[in-house]
Amino acid sequence: MGVISALGHDQQAFWQALASGQSGIGPIPQEVGPVPEMGMNQVRFKNGAAVLGYDAEAYFSRKTLNFMDRFAQFSVIAAREAVAAAKIEWTEELRESAAIITGSCMGGRFTDEIGYWELFHNGRTRVHPLTIPLGMSNAGASHISMEFGLHGPAYTISTACSSSAHAIGNALWMVRSGAAPLAIAGGSEAPLFLGGLKAWEAMRVVSPDTCRPFSANRSGMILGEGAAMLVLEPLERALARGAKPLAEIVGFGMSADACHVTQPSAEGAARAMRSALRDGKLAPEQVGYINAHGTATEANDRMEAAAIHAVFGSHTGALPVSSTKSMHGHTLGAAGAIEAVATVLALRNGILPPTANHSEPDPECDLDVIPNQARAASVEVALSQSFAFGGLNAVLAFRAWP
Amino acid sequence: LPALGSRFNFTETVLSPDLPDLGAKTAVSTKALMSETIQARVLRVIATTQRIPLEKVKPDSTFEELGIDSMDSINILFDLESEFDIEIKDEDAKKIQTIREMIDGVTYLVDSKVNPTPQAATE
Repeated sequence: MGVISALGHDQQAFWQALASGQSGIGPIPQEVGPVPEMGMNQVRFKNGAAVLGYDAEAYFSRKTLNFMDRFAQFSVIAAREAVAAAKIEWTEELRESAAIITGSCMGGRFTDEIGYWELFHNGRTRVHPLTIPLGMSNAGASHISMEFGLHGPAYTISTACSSSAHAIGNALWMVRSGAAPLAIAGGSEAPLFLGGLKAWEAMRVVSPDTCRPFSANRSGMILGEGAAMLVLEPLERALARGAKPLAEIVGFGMSADACHVTQPSAEGAARAMRSALRDGKLAPEQVGYINAHGTATEANDRMEAAAIHAVFGSHTGALPVSSTKSMHGHTLGAAGAIEAVATVLALRNGILPPTANHSEPDPECDLDVIPNQARAASVEVALSQSFAFGGLNAVLAFRAWP
Repeated sequence: LPALGSRFNFTETVLSPDLPDLGAKTAVSTKALMSETIQARVLRVIATTQRIPLEKVKPDSTFEELGIDSMDSINILFDLESEFDIEIKDEDAKKIQTIREMIDGVTYLVDSKVNPTPQAATE
């Protein structure tokens, strides 16, 4: 697994922050665009979960960077860490058949915006010739394929905030069915640019201060950027080559609310959760932790609490649930993957990351939300949940590997 | 929103030439008529945004009656901001549950804009 986020540039920094309940939320750097007029002074909210101290040239040559939007850079950085950690030895055969499935909600729209700025604001008549290849949402998958010379199936899923959970789920299916012997799957997002921030501002769902999931005094979500990638392979194959599995992905469930484009439905969420349990042949009682979607909007948090109660019934009281978005922000199309990494690390380390910034229990969210302090717990199965705008839901079930 | 009723303070100065088109460029100088004009414009914006007949939108209609959900409400507030050249804060937007509150809120903000008082400015 590999991850770059507001909590640091690698998995170690990520886990250290999660386990200590340390939030990466703070002021979004002023320069969200190439010129000061595209800066944060035009945005009503000020805070986000930005990747700070990032020097693209430490990772890529200048020539390569000409061809990569920020979101694509994050994709490759996370994939490099994941592949190195998994100690993959590329053979010609593996290069021919390994799959890459990425998720992204907004893709390279930062680049698109610079083109629009030139046209509509600066009155120019032309935009940069690389606007299309930098802006396309599949650029992450494409650059990963070029990075490792992989010629197998590669594609991108865009289902808003569920994108990378759907990507990992699809990768699970490919690996499970034998369609690919290995898959690199995850997601990437770089949404901290002026037009994107203004669009979220207009929805009136962004917090003026911080992200307090499941708190009665919540004030909305916090946007984040970053990427996470996982390497998936059949258990037998991993064991045969002497790899150390981090966890088993045992279930994947999807559903569509089919009711409203922004109001989530507890019934739709519950169907995705039940479907993941069924796919993994899991009893609800086996689940000992849920990494919640937990955006810290009232609509999500109350819906999600109701869905958990509907699926887990009396087991809910013994089921810790946390939203790590309180620390790494809502990374949209990367959220499913970043939170999948958090979930696997929780199983692996026997430590459940907390819901940070929790200050006032919400009676409408009657859950054990692991407030503010990580908790030691040996858990067999954990869920990672993603519920997207548009009502498209994806839930992954992971089992601890001894 | 703060208590609005006590703050209505429309006078002739309301009709400064830099106001956006209030639909009442002719002499409109009474408090009652002015409020009514703002009210009529709010109702028109709601009808247009919701794509429903204007005659269905009454100051005392409930959101439910008009089929206005939370996202619809945000759309309406956005159009009201454009119509009146005002800015509705998120925390105020969250509290608005009725058409009447929209009318009162817009009236208050338009008033604050043309008659900035220290009191209004700090709210």
